[in-house]
Amino acid sequence: MVIALLLLISLLSLVGYLTNVQAARLMRQREIRPRGMDRTYGLHALLTIALPGITIMCLWLLLGSTVVQWLVFSSLTENEISQASHAELSIIKAEILALSEGRIFGDPQQYKIVAANRLNELQAMGDILVTVCIVVIGMLALVLSRRKVATGFTARPHVESIIQKMMMLCSLLAVVTTLGIVLSLLFESLRFFAIVSPVDFLLGLNWEPQVAMREDQIASNGAFGWLPVLLGTLLITLLACLFAIPVGIATGIFLHEFAGKTTRAVIKPTLEILAGIPTVVYGFFAILVVSPAMREAARWIGIDASPNMALVAGLVMGIMLIPFISSFTDDALDAIPRNLRDGSLALGATRAETVIKVLFPAALPGIMGAVLLAVSRGIGETMIVVMAAGLLANLTFNPMDSVTTITVQIVTLLTGDTEFDNPRTLSAFALGLMLFLMTLFLNVLALGFVRKYREKYE
Amino acid sequence: MNSNIPQSTSAEITGTLQLARQRIKKRKALDRLLFLSGLGALAIAVSVLIILIGSLVATGHSAFIQTYITLDLDISERYVKREDPFKGQYRNIINEALLQQFPGVTERSAQRQLFSLPSPAAQYMLRDHIASNPKLIGNTIRFAIPVSDPYDQLNKGLVLRETEEQNRRLKQQQINWFDTLDHRGLISNKFNWNLLTNPDSRFPEVAGLAGAIMGSLYTLLICFAVSFPVGIGAAIHLELFAPKNRFTDLIEININNLAAVPSIVFGLLALAVFLNSFGMPRSTPLVGGLTLALMTLPTIIIATRSALKSVPTSIHDAALALGASRQQAVFHHILPAAMPGILTGAIIGMAQALGETAPLLLIGMNAFLAAVPNTPIDASTTLPTQIFLWADSPERGFISRTCAAILVLLGLLVSMNAIAIFLRQKLEKQH
Amino acid sequence: MFTLANTPATLFKDLPQSGLAASHAIFSDGNPEQTASIPEHGVMPASNPRIMASRVNVFYGRKQALHEVSIALGKQELVAFIGPSGCGKSTFLRTLNRMNDTIDGCSVTGKIELDGIDIYSPQMDVIELRSRVGMVFQKPNPFPKSIYDNVAYGPRIHGMARSKSELDIIVESALTQAGLWNEVKDRLGHPALGLSGGQQQRLCIARAIAVRPEVILMDEPCSALDPIATATIESLLLELKQEFTIVVVTHSMQQAARISDRTAFFHMGKLIESGWTRSFFDNPGHPLTQQYLGGKFG
Repeated sequence: MVIALLLLISLLSLVGYLTNVQAARLMRQREIRPRGMDRTYGLHALLTIALPGITIMCLWLLLGSTVVQWLVFSSLTENEISQASHAELSIIKAEILALSEGRIFGDPQQYKIVAANRLNELQAMGDILVTVCIVVIGMLALVLSRRKVATGFTARPHVESIIQKMMMLCSLLAVVTTLGIVLSLLFESLRFFAIVSPVDFLLGLNWEPQVAMREDQIASNGAFGWLPVLLGTLLITLLACLFAIPVGIATGIFLHEFAGKTTRAVIKPTLEILAGIPTVVYGFFAILVVSPAMREAARWIGIDASPNMALVAGLVMGIMLIPFISSFTDDALDAIPRNLRDGSLALGATRAETVIKVLFPAALPGIMGAVLLAVSRGIGETMIVVMAAGLLANLTFNPMDSVTTITVQIVTLLTGDTEFDNPRTLSAFALGLMLFLMTLFLNVLALGFVRKYREKYE
Repeated sequence: MNSNIPQSTSAEITGTLQLARQRIKKRKALDRLLFLSGLGALAIAVSVLIILIGSLVATGHSAFIQTYITLDLDISERYVKREDPFKGQYRNIINEALLQQFPGVTERSAQRQLFSLPSPAAQYMLRDHIASNPKLIGNTIRFAIPVSDPYDQLNKGLVLRETEEQNRRLKQQQINWFDTLDHRGLISNKFNWNLLTNPDSRFPEVAGLAGAIMGSLYTLLICFAVSFPVGIGAAIHLELFAPKNRFTDLIEININNLAAVPSIVFGLLALAVFLNSFGMPRSTPLVGGLTLALMTLPTIIIATRSALKSVPTSIHDAALALGASRQQAVFHHILPAAMPGILTGAIIGMAQALGETAPLLLIGMNAFLAAVPNTPIDASTTLPTQIFLWADSPERGFISRTCAAILVLLGLLVSMNAIAIFLRQKLEKQH
Repeated sequence: MFTLANTPATLFKDLPQSGLAASHAIFSDGNPEQTASIPEHGVMPASNPRIMASRVNVFYGRKQALHEVSIALGKQELVAFIGPSGCGKSTFLRTLNRMNDTIDGCSVTGKIELDGIDIYSPQMDVIELRSRVGMVFQKPNPFPKSIYDNVAYGPRIHGMARSKSELDIIVESALTQAGLWNEVKDRLGHPALGLSGGQQQRLCIARAIAVRPEVILMDEPCSALDPIATATIESLLLELKQEFTIVVVTHSMQQAARISDRTAFFHMGKLIESGWTRSFFDNPGHPLTQQYLGGKFG
């Protein structure tokens, strides 16, 4: 369906384009000089045909099935429907939808079959209607555009104005995306907070996201308290930073101050490779190598460690963050003007003293920004912790314990049954909202630091 | 002669000199300490990389080899009818051939153990082979079929014969049979092309990445098709046409912010909007591609803006002076000149998208699928989600295959980055 | 000799015609520091000028770069703008084809008329203006395309050719007029950036000519070139001025003396004095002009 429509629109646009280009060329031969290039006239036809067509097609594809379903479901008047509860209603709807796709389970009731058939009918009618619409509008646009060429109008301003608006829409997409994120997170979170109170969520110490199996069973109090999950996130991120910050900064300083050309040529690609390794690979590395190694080491010391202790995930996450912090440190040190460094060296300071006493303090805001961004990345990291950290919430500060994080919970809650009425599913969105807000805050803070720092030196 | 300046004694002078020398020594020691600590940190980073790649290669290389057993199979008409070769009982054919090798095995439980030697998927391979060559029915053919995972591990030496029986999956009897077959020359090692051409399977010996690779391909295609034009359009607008007002600032802040949002949030967005509100098909590269497009958009916008900024303005002025409009100057001259830089940024963005896993998990691209997707609206996995799936599987065979899949993924990423670097160098040569 | 009460007598030392003095009165607002002189012989731009600029002021934000500049530019003549750096001659040049529009915060007041139509009015399409008033820049800026495509670009976007063969003719004639045809006729498809500096600048001139403008503005066209290339271009300009109105901004008085019919002297954003080149250089009227020509300031 989509392919057919796209082909249709492309065909019409191509015909329009060629017609106009030919017309412009002919007019040029006959000394009625249209201003500008022939292909601009062709573009005029192409845009006036394709844009309405694609818009209608997208609107139908995105909203068509919703509209058709609403039409069919709202006209159901059976007894069952009027007495059904919300949950039962959605089951009935799902059954009708399955029937319409040809999947029959058991012996469905007559009205469901009728409704399913009506669904398919309406959908087919809509498809035909939309196709006809697009063809008619397309051909109208073709003819109108061709006639405009005959009047000798200047196509360029029109075409450019359309293209200008298209480009502006493109740049608005970023805003729309952010809005989409905020609104969808907020919407689902508010539905969650209608079931579980925000206080229970934000201050609760128990995270056991069970869902009532029976109507009269209520989720136990405090079962959606996020604090242990938050704590797990912070613990692992803290461990990661404890490892990554010293190593990263030391590497950055070394690269900037001491590394010769050959060393740089070896180290920079190494760091870039480390930075480019997908996090799922790091996660598998954690299970394959790091976890067994740590358990062996723990056994040596005499401690019996669990396979997914926080230390493993923290260590691997730290490895992932090293190139990040290192390159930021290198850049921050680069941004400091040479004369500051030269002044210190000229006074007889050693390189170490110059770095520690002069350059580092000057680069501090930039490095602070880098650290904050690293923390933000650590908090938002998913795959490493999904594979290496635990699933059960645990309120602890001990790095040898198994903890779970916000991102792990989001993944586990949303894999499997994702009914949007379920508090389990909705709690994932509430967690997502918290995560978004935390990283937003850290990012703004970090960028503020970096900007203030850049202003100083540019 | 100024007699107001205190004169030091020679002892004092030597003493001060000594102190000074000591201080310098200490300062130089600090210098050396900084150097060594930096070197040490560097060594940590490099050694981690070496350990990572090394362990992946060490564990994964065996997945590129697959153990096969070659048997004489009698495609008897008792089991396969010419009219419908698909419905033949190929399992029985294989079992008969095994019994021919070991006629002494008569007891049922022993026979069951023998029959576990070939992969359970072998019968389907045989079926497909006969169905496409129905003339073979009634003949005896020599056919190589993959052995099942425990035997594969045994042959590769990953399961040691010395291990005690209760700790192994294979009984001693089974190992003896295998060794006998080996002595008869019926066991061979072949390069495991299946890894790249087969779809996923419950049985590690025939599990492959074809489905995941196609899924990744479709996903990246859609991601590119959406984010490339939209990203360039947005960048051109923001860099060259947008008025400098607060609204434009708002857009720029949004783009910088989106670049730092955790990837899983995009997954939540896709779940709530694409799957729930718009009703798009779950687990498909279409939705995956759209989600990744939203994530890659800021990267492409930022890279394109910087490429546009680096084009010298003299070209722009020359075009304007000839009577070109601003859009003509941009599309005829500035954009083509900035293209290498833009493509570099796009390739890097696509490489990042190839490795993304978290948002795709939330839209369901981690389901077990035993088929290769034919279109972007068929359900599929991608390479990283397939790795995630395999990492969870308990069979030993999947451990090495996960490593192999990771190596394939890393290989693709390295090539993409190499192309990007090559483009960047060509760029720098031009200027 | 007819003189007006408030005009400095020295300025009219060399002007015998009385009518001219009357015309002069029309063009000066009485301020002795600002004058626009009228040529005594040949074409009188005052009666049929190609470009007529009246009381043009240019502001960059709050800073005023040009003060009340008025001048007439005739058909088929070469006018040189001279003056020390930062005096506004390039700024004024850029107002003539509205290239100042591309600079943020730049505003222009006054009137500039091309064949009678104010170029800043809504009646004048800036695209059309720039196809009638072309510009060659200080540093040669050929497009990173082939030689042919560089020259063909202007005619293409304005739709000047009906067919490929017509376009070929336009390109050839433009390159011939720019004196480059013989050097490049065998390699029209080669990249323009492969040419030498002088050849690139002649290519830029050919590119500007191909659009068949009425006026060609040149902003220090030879300052990035070696003396031999400069000489080639100067002789080219002497030919071109028989067909086009050419305005050349130059920091070399000798160049102005060599090639221009009239010369205008700018200083600190004001047009101090202008006149026929020979008499201008032999007998400048204004003290500032005398100082500049005498090399008192650069």
